[in-house]
Amino acid sequence: MSSRTLPLLFINLGGEMLYILDQRLRAQNIPADKAKKVMNDIITTMFNKKFLEELFKPQELYSKKALRTVFDRLAHASIMRLNQASMDKLYDLMTMAFKYQVLLCPRPKDILLISFNHMDAIKDFVKDTPSILSQVDETYQQLIEMYTTLCSGEFQLIRQTLLIFFQDMHIRVSIFLKDKVQNSNGRFVLPTSGPVPYGTQVPGLIRMFSCTGEEVTRLQFNNGGNYTAALREGSFEIFRDRVTKLGTNMYSVSRPVETHMSGTSKNSAQHTKVNTAPNPLAKEELNLLAKLMGGLEVPKSGNADNVDNIVFQDQQVNAELAKIMGEFTESGEQSPSSSSKGDDLLAMMDGL
Amino acid sequence: MYHKEKSIQVKNSASALYNNLGVLRIAPRHLTYFTVVHANVVNMVSASWDGLNYSHRQLQSKEPNVATSTSLIMQAAFCPLPSRDLLVVTSQKGIQMYESDGSIMVYWHALDTPETPTAQAVFARGISAVRESYICVGVSSGAILVFDVPIKGSNITLSEVLKEHKESITDIAPECSGQPGMECIADLVSADDGGNLYVDCIILWKGTVVAGYGTGQIHLYEAVTGILHAEINAHARWIYSLDIAPFSGLLLSAAEDSLVRVWHLTMTPETNSVEVAHLHNECVTDTQICGAKFCDGDGYAFAVTGYDLSEIIRYTQS
Repeated sequence: MSSRTLPLLFINLGGEMLYILDQRLRAQNIPADKAKKVMNDIITTMFNKKFLEELFKPQELYSKKALRTVFDRLAHASIMRLNQASMDKLYDLMTMAFKYQVLLCPRPKDILLISFNHMDAIKDFVKDTPSILSQVDETYQQLIEMYTTLCSGEFQLIRQTLLIFFQDMHIRVSIFLKDKVQNSNGRFVLPTSGPVPYGTQVPGLIRMFSCTGEEVTRLQFNNGGNYTAALREGSFEIFRDRVTKLGTNMYSVSRPVETHMSGTSKNSAQHTKVNTAPNPLAKEELNLLAKLMGGLEVPKSGNADNVDNIVFQDQQVNAELAKIMGEFTESGEQSPSSSSKGDDLLAMMDGL
Repeated sequence: MYHKEKSIQVKNSASALYNNLGVLRIAPRHLTYFTVVHANVVNMVSASWDGLNYSHRQLQSKEPNVATSTSLIMQAAFCPLPSRDLLVVTSQKGIQMYESDGSIMVYWHALDTPETPTAQAVFARGISAVRESYICVGVSSGAILVFDVPIKGSNITLSEVLKEHKESITDIAPECSGQPGMECIADLVSADDGGNLYVDCIILWKGTVVAGYGTGQIHLYEAVTGILHAEINAHARWIYSLDIAPFSGLLLSAAEDSLVRVWHLTMTPETNSVEVAHLHNECVTDTQICGAKFCDGDGYAFAVTGYDLSEIIRYTQS
């Protein structure tokens, strides 16, 4: 379908991932400088120039499997390590959050506003690190260049492409259930009330005209809902009010965020139920991206720390994070979890 | 005015595509065929009128060769012609035509797809049977392909390419007054992506164009002159489907706002006026509707599909 969907999918999912990781780092009282390092490392990788160049090329969406691998790599771009269950949970949260935003988005063009909300927040995460900030700013420009000239029909095609990608995903997310935006069957609530999208009129009026263009009759009808007039339009420029709250950090309010994993087995089956026909082209893309991301080292900027210190620091952070985030081995491989360990991890991730 | 009947279960959920429901009534066999698109598959259900028998079939989008990635289907629609009914399926790679029960593919037309993807997507969308023996299909380039369909067999040919539009075609509709022998001034109406008001559904009936917009409005125009007869603030979200019951003038509109609305159109040829009245609402809770069609020419029953729903919901007049 639309060959311009991938950048938006990646940036929005990446943004959601950062919101969740940020919340977890704060909730577990990780020292601020170390938490910052984790966030900075991931954001630097996410906005790597070569990687984004590849991403912004016109292309079909990756398969679910390929995209999941990209995010696995991204999540491990820092010293932090996540085990399989934690990564699964993180990915489920990210994808359901963005699915919610795409579904609820009033006009297709608002997907860009949602993307800008994520970008605004990411900028805020790295506001003290000029080098990364400039990477993010450059990406902003690319987004503006590529998307602000598209017509609404093209945005609707992007939206439809995203909805096909998210089809049949009904994982229940605790924060959504609590806020009553998701039903217990995993489907999102679509209200028939509230402001109509910018550019739309509140339904309920029929106007009929004569051949000369004069209005002849006005009829009202019951619209079956409780709509109000549209709010003002959100801005597509760099430093402006987006108006919509979709895409902003829903974890920033201090409240426990959990997911219900019942129905997970069915859903993880869906995650792995991908087109199993061998697809050499997709594999190639995957390799390229994996290379781009895997090959990236944390830039050793010209600071005074020598190699020994960095390793030591890493080990310290690793140990702390390992306790909290899950399994970690020296080589970075994932060891199989025993049943009790599994419970610990799930309990830990229940904090999400 | 209408009440809900038993839904038909479908193998997969419906994708968020315009006009994502095809309906064909086979009166002699007391059957109705339904089609719902899910990604690269068309789910077909054949339902007997007594509600006792349902049979299912799936059609895949055709791949020109194995190495290319899966082609997503944009639309599946029935094209009833005087001599035969065909099922047309459009995708990113081309146009497939089947016998109406989906049993045999009788024709394949490949679209020109570039080696590496371009910013402009390539696909076919907008399907209509026109006059006695033509099927028209819209393309993302803005062209409309006109296919000549023989009375039987697979010798279908591309007879003409209409290039009036510059933007992607969104929908095409034939004149469907349902009155044989009536003189048609306009045969076909087509809509495209361009402009600020985005039309994605269109109908032509007794010389009146009914257009559904992304803003949720429905406009009625006189086909030949373009005069606006009526403007309706119909829906709170993007309209995904419009259908008309040609014998009764009932109009069905469905949108992402979860609502299906039934209207009545009245033509008064003497005064050259068109009147619209609102008759009925149905809300499909928490569902973005992507297809709604009458199941018969009088509008006695209609069917609805929604994104992520694996059923065809049916309503009948009380």
